[in-house]
Amino acid sequence: MTEEIHQLFNAIREEAEKRRNAFREAPVPKIHIGMATCGIASGAIETKKAFEEALAEQNIEAQIHTVGCVGHCYAEPIVIIDHPASGFPPVFYHEVTAGKAKMLTKLFLAEGDPRFEHVYGATEENELIPSVMEFPRFNQEKRVVMEKCGRIDPEDIYDYIAESGYSSLVKALQLKPEEIIREVQESGLRGRGGAGFPTGRKWELARQARGENKIIICNADEGDPGAYMDRTILESNPHQVLEGMILCAYAVGAGNATVYVRAEYPLAVKTVTRAIQQAKELRLLGKGILGTDFDLEINVFRGSGAFVCGEETALIQSIEGHRGTPQHRPPYPVERGLRGQPTVINNVKTLASVPQILNHGAAWYRSIGTESSPGTAIFSVVGSVVHPGLVEIPMGVTLRTLIFDICGGIPNKKKFKAVQIGGPSGGCLPADFLDTPIDFDSLTEAGAMMGSGGMVVMDEDSCVVDVSRYFLDFTQKESCGKCTFCRVGTYHLLSILERLTKGEGKEGDLEQLENLSLDIKNGSLCGLGKTAPNPVLTSLRYFRDEYEAHVSEKRCPGKICRALTAFYIDLDKCARGCDICGGCCPVDAVFSTKNRKKAIDQTRCVKCGECKVACPPDYQAVKKVSPPSLAPFIERPPKI
Amino acid sequence: MDEEILTEEALILNDIRSHLTTFEKERGNLIPILQMIQEKHAYIPREAIKLVAEYLEIPVCEVYGVATFYNQFRFHPPGKYPIKVCLGTACHVRSGDIILENFERKLEIKEGETTPDREFSIERVACVGCCALAPVAIVGETVHGHMAPSKVEGLLLRIRIEKEKQEREKLTISGNN
Repeated sequence: MTEEIHQLFNAIREEAEKRRNAFREAPVPKIHIGMATCGIASGAIETKKAFEEALAEQNIEAQIHTVGCVGHCYAEPIVIIDHPASGFPPVFYHEVTAGKAKMLTKLFLAEGDPRFEHVYGATEENELIPSVMEFPRFNQEKRVVMEKCGRIDPEDIYDYIAESGYSSLVKALQLKPEEIIREVQESGLRGRGGAGFPTGRKWELARQARGENKIIICNADEGDPGAYMDRTILESNPHQVLEGMILCAYAVGAGNATVYVRAEYPLAVKTVTRAIQQAKELRLLGKGILGTDFDLEINVFRGSGAFVCGEETALIQSIEGHRGTPQHRPPYPVERGLRGQPTVINNVKTLASVPQILNHGAAWYRSIGTESSPGTAIFSVVGSVVHPGLVEIPMGVTLRTLIFDICGGIPNKKKFKAVQIGGPSGGCLPADFLDTPIDFDSLTEAGAMMGSGGMVVMDEDSCVVDVSRYFLDFTQKESCGKCTFCRVGTYHLLSILERLTKGEGKEGDLEQLENLSLDIKNGSLCGLGKTAPNPVLTSLRYFRDEYEAHVSEKRCPGKICRALTAFYIDLDKCARGCDICGGCCPVDAVFSTKNRKKAIDQTRCVKCGECKVACPPDYQAVKKVSPPSLAPFIERPPKI
Repeated sequence: MDEEILTEEALILNDIRSHLTTFEKERGNLIPILQMIQEKHAYIPREAIKLVAEYLEIPVCEVYGVATFYNQFRFHPPGKYPIKVCLGTACHVRSGDIILENFERKLEIKEGETTPDREFSIERVACVGCCALAPVAIVGETVHGHMAPSKVEGLLLRIRIEKEKQEREKLTISGNN
């Protein structure tokens, strides 16, 4: 048996290596372009087209290698040019527009000048160009799940195999299922979906459960409006997830598996579907995997976009063709799940970690991260940071390191105010927590939650009340309606928050927010309701003064809530005759006063802030104030 | 115009009818069927819900319940230029709602609606994944990053000008013939 597995797999690996070497040794430059959704959104398709056209025009031979996403969103579209003949190492370029692509083709590929002013760094150590590995955004990360993302072509299974892909499957097929489960248990891997349930324990329960047709589900129903790591992984390296699913199926004894991925992620759906097909062709999936008697079919189910379907019982309901309403647990899905069968539901990141654990061993995995939360965490850091994007760090790194060192800190010399972790289920932490190590337990203790890994960094010009309102607006819309506390409670919470942001808050509102939040937490069945009040509770705990300013002074300290702010033009600073603010105002609220200086008609102003952006830096005459009563009143002359 | 729309809808229903038979009559196929309709026709007509219910032999209210539960399904035909405004977390903190409001004001429709001439429709979407470009709006297939209220106006103006140009060209071509 063992021999047959090796024989079959060695043939595949040889083919992969042959292809890899042929690509590497070809005496032409290689252009690697990041083509995941984020790259495409920033214009990677145009960039690729520009390269192709320029290469054809100038008759240069080069290979274009489309890869996934490395997670450096601030730098998209990203291109790495490997041009050995020029004597330079592979060079990393950021924000490569179509024009830049044409220029690089001509000057670098044809003439050998890498254009230092556009270089971001080299991708390997050398003496000519500083390596990106010296930058904190690169060297402080620890890539376990996303190790191969952005390096391999997600549409080519051989690319993955050449990077030692599927080798842990070969290893696993020679082990007993129990041995795999033990290895996963020893690694201490905890579910990356947010709650952090020990994965090995889940698998063990499923293995012990009675059922003929056990099922594995990969949960890629990423619903948090600000998190996109699952999509990136599926788009950039789908085979690592598939490999994890195969390992899981083998360990628990399942013959069917489903990838539950959002229909809003068309590229991810396409990439995974193709990956399944390719794996089947190589007998890494399907009937008789690598010559053994282990069969596994994986299909793709497209989720229709309901946040609550991230909850496992709701997810099962939706696959069965019902509305996604959570069910009572127990029985847990590992005992009785989809179609009454024992079902293991694991997050994308959890499954993608497993091949790495089996490859490098449980002890290696334990050496990363903290004692209670081994391994890495992936965050999508957005908001007021210099380098937003996906960051994979070992558990236990502090928030300060993550935000200020890795992501470059707050732009425009503004002050840090808060960080919102875990999206709609998470909480808002102030500067005091910057030195908190990030892991499942410490975040829960602070009132936040690992959740989906969404992280919004807020500077002094943001309003925690408004952010709470934003998340409540989201959870209120996404509440499935089953539990009264969640359905009616979130609605009521939201209406109080809306009143606060409109300056209609009254005494007792804050107490009611608190009480209602606790009631919702206690009275809801699933994670959505239990965690929905977290953004409110934590911000109330740490930023009560801001809430109080909204209620008693009708003032928004961050000057964000539009009903509580006003714009006015400082007549001492305004330049006579400069009409730029009037020109950009979408509602004609700017008018000329007698001496042709400008003023704002408060009854018309929609407070979009265009005039403030447009006002030339020499004048900076447009001021934003809160409360609105601080803006001086200037009467608009009647129209003639 | 109205008649045109009616025949169009009849064609859509016929098409749906012919595709239904490719699915087995299982409750588990309800969502895939609705997705098929949504993808082929960009919305689920009222009559289609009845068709699906009859086909799967389940009550109409069940189909309606499922279709309205999930965000993917819409019940109005989108415009020729569907506008999606990202209101993911990153776009929200960079005032994505102001962009949405500007589109709503300029087109005189609300989010989720289509202009009476079926040219434009506005939708709000969660994160499209280019947070570094926030706030973001997507018109058709094109992503427009770093949106600002004045850009909204420019965008709509550009579409209108291009449309007029195309119509003029069409006229000259048919004139030449």
